[in-house]
Amino acid sequence: MTAVLNQPAPVQASRVMGLGVHRPDVIVDNEQICQWIDSSDEWIRKRTGIVTRHRARPEVSVVDMAEGAAREAIEQSGLTGADVDAVIVATVTHPYQTPSAAAELAHRLGTEAAIAYDISAACAGYCYGIGQADALVRAGAARHVLVVGVEKLSDFIDDHERSMSFLLGDGAGAALVGPSEETGISPSLMGSNGEKWETVSMDGSLLPLRDALAEARRTQDASRLLDAEERLWPTLRQDGPTVFRWAVWEMAKVAQQTLDAAGISAEDLVAFVPHQANIRIIDEMVKQLDLPEHVAVGRDIVDAGNTSAASIPLAMHRLVHENPELSGGLALQIGFGAGLVYGAQVIRLP
Amino acid sequence: MADKNEILAGLAEIVNEETGLETEEVQLGKSFTEDLDIDSISMMTIVVNAEEKFGVKIPDEEVKNLSTVGDAVDFIANAEG
Repeated sequence: MTAVLNQPAPVQASRVMGLGVHRPDVIVDNEQICQWIDSSDEWIRKRTGIVTRHRARPEVSVVDMAEGAAREAIEQSGLTGADVDAVIVATVTHPYQTPSAAAELAHRLGTEAAIAYDISAACAGYCYGIGQADALVRAGAARHVLVVGVEKLSDFIDDHERSMSFLLGDGAGAALVGPSEETGISPSLMGSNGEKWETVSMDGSLLPLRDALAEARRTQDASRLLDAEERLWPTLRQDGPTVFRWAVWEMAKVAQQTLDAAGISAEDLVAFVPHQANIRIIDEMVKQLDLPEHVAVGRDIVDAGNTSAASIPLAMHRLVHENPELSGGLALQIGFGAGLVYGAQVIRLP
Repeated sequence: MADKNEILAGLAEIVNEETGLETEEVQLGKSFTEDLDIDSISMMTIVVNAEEKFGVKIPDEEVKNLSTVGDAVDFIANAEG
């Protein structure tokens, strides 16, 4: 007789139980940025909406920031680290190929043999994580899933570069996803558009740096390592106009499809929290989606800059704290970025 | 098919809506960046709105070649033709 395999008992629904954030304490204003690039406070505000961005001190790691955000999200959910059985960290700035930031974070939080892994989906990483957390909980594979979007982008920028470095900040945002009697997370729309792989990317891999180090040791000539033009430490670049066009008009379609998949209309939302890439992308998306006046829009970018995977939970946490009446309402969140990749869902705000 | 004067008038309306510039300012010989002070992000919004208005496709890589209003009018006229 053929053996029959057991399946975990599925769970009806999941929801976001709590949110948490970590905002680094170093604040970089536009005047400081203008020491590095030929620009002005007015130009940066007008073209990006950014007034300041937070950046982490050198000794503060990605996992340090993630831990701060995670502890708040767990506490807000009325849980402890021991209750968390899966940890997903969305980041592109954890400076180790392996092991994952999630494994160290799971240990620090006192979880017991939790599932732990990182996601590399840049600015869509948090929404990918929420989509996976929802699936893990409903499949019965995990009961309480911690999702953290965290970035220390300041380690991977070139201050003198004009396409995106001046936009970027550091930070972390976390959500605890757990079982629920009512649906608290809609179907997730997630996807990629890899033909645009180069439109937001590092300007190279780490292998040329390894080779240059080996050559310097062999020849006892470090001149290549010292030459700033060599750009041996890879940093971020983007083709801003191409990304803008994709982010607004293609992502507005994905946002609408997400509402359709959830079975709701924009009228039903209390909040819209897009990735905080540029205030002009946010404003144009709001226009394209024809959002009603009552929908609160996340505009944390003004103070926090673009924090990639951290931007949505940071903006959402702020909206809920500044407007507690939003709690319990529906929020559309959409992340999009390097890959290009995107992810979106509607969640009920904790 | 719209003639070039009609395309220019339509484009001027789109530019006016995006930037607030008077439509009379939008002339064939004017450079989008140098004369009209339109940045690359606003230019993309203008391009997408022009695609919709004139029923043409203006690929990302083509946008960099549209330095003057006349370049854009010619491109749209040829794409329509």
